[in-house]
Amino acid sequence: MVNLSGAISLIGGFPALAGVDLTVADGEIVVLRGPNGAGKSTLLRLCAGLAHLNGGTGTILGHDLSSREQRRRIRRETGLLAHQTFLYDELTVEDNLIFWARANRADPSTVEPILDRLDLGGRLRTVKISALSAGQRRRASVAVMVCRRPKLWLLDEPHAGLDQTGRDFIDDIVRHAVRFGATVIIASHDHERVSNLATRTVHLVGGMVTGAEDGREEGQNVS
Amino acid sequence: MFRDAWLMASKDLRIEWATRVGMGQILPFGGLVLILFGLAISPDLAVAGSDGRSLLAQAAPGLFWITVLLASLLALGRSFAVESADGNLDALKMAGLDPAGIFLGKSAAVAIQLLALQVVLGLGAFVLYGPPLTDLVLLLVVVILATLGITAAGTVYAAVASGLRVRDTMVPLLVLPVVAPVLLAATKATEAAVFGPLENGWSWAMLLGVFALLYAGVGMLAFGPIMEES
Repeated sequence: MVNLSGAISLIGGFPALAGVDLTVADGEIVVLRGPNGAGKSTLLRLCAGLAHLNGGTGTILGHDLSSREQRRRIRRETGLLAHQTFLYDELTVEDNLIFWARANRADPSTVEPILDRLDLGGRLRTVKISALSAGQRRRASVAVMVCRRPKLWLLDEPHAGLDQTGRDFIDDIVRHAVRFGATVIIASHDHERVSNLATRTVHLVGGMVTGAEDGREEGQNVS
Repeated sequence: MFRDAWLMASKDLRIEWATRVGMGQILPFGGLVLILFGLAISPDLAVAGSDGRSLLAQAAPGLFWITVLLASLLALGRSFAVESADGNLDALKMAGLDPAGIFLGKSAAVAIQLLALQVVLGLGAFVLYGPPLTDLVLLLVVVILATLGITAAGTVYAAVASGLRVRDTMVPLLVLPVVAPVLLAATKATEAAVFGPLENGWSWAMLLGVFALLYAGVGMLAFGPIMEES
């Protein structure tokens, strides 16, 4: 699913990733841990085909990261939940979902049940994104990801800004995605929460992998 | 490509309908520019050898197109501001939309907004500056072709600027020199449409058509690499 060897990615000349070695197998839930600036977000963007591979080698879903054409294929098959919402503030929740469903070649008729499932149905569907709370926006972004049905889920601080119910909901969505064949990489500072999900935890410092722990060895499994 | 273009254009027009930035901000801005030109140039000044027309009426075509160019900068900047906010440009890349379709859709949405603005600004220019009208058909053709040229070239360079931190100030710097030929040709063709004779007007209109086609082609080919680097 993910194979990176000595991966280097520069942001404005600075090596945000300075030689990352990482392999992720199908169906895994890998949690990335590390301090601010460790390269977690850049690693997720590299796996999404958005950041450039400036050194080393890498394949995502069998596509070569060094090829522009294959990076486009990676983007279509992955889903990224980033710090940004990837939503149009001026449009309603429903309009956003329908637009992104069509843009992603997904079936727009799936939007309604997804909105209901993510507690964004009823009155909320006609509310503009700019009028939603941070947690509701997060759920709308997740709804777009669910619509996309990506093979590789890349989640950057997915629990940020969510209340307890919202956090539980994200965990359920992740478990559900894995049950249906997806692979998930999560960058998070919320260790207690994500350790319940992780099959493996990878530590990043200074743009390099410094260690890994198998979640299953600690008796934590996806149920 | 055309499916993606339709998707982008309808989304951009829906955003405009929801926010009314064009009608609420860009149109009043254009109206103000027209009025300021009218205040700066006295309507009492006559131009020698122009059948007694005032300087303001004589300069009306050029003043109108400068106003349209300034308004187009705001519309183009706005068109990419909604993509830069909240990482939507990245989301478009991840959706795998055809870059040529994105280019055509965004150009079409700005063109439709500009055409609507020009109906109002054009009426305002006739009322404020008082030029005559010789050929309405030529005038309409010029308005459509010039708008397509401005939006095609403007969309290419607004997309280039959207990847920069200083995009707000870079859009005018990049777009205005490129669309200077449109200003020249549109002014000459509009002069022919309002004052006559018409022969030269159609030649200038053809030049506008060539410019629009050229930049539509450039945009469709270059938009992919431009988005990649944004």
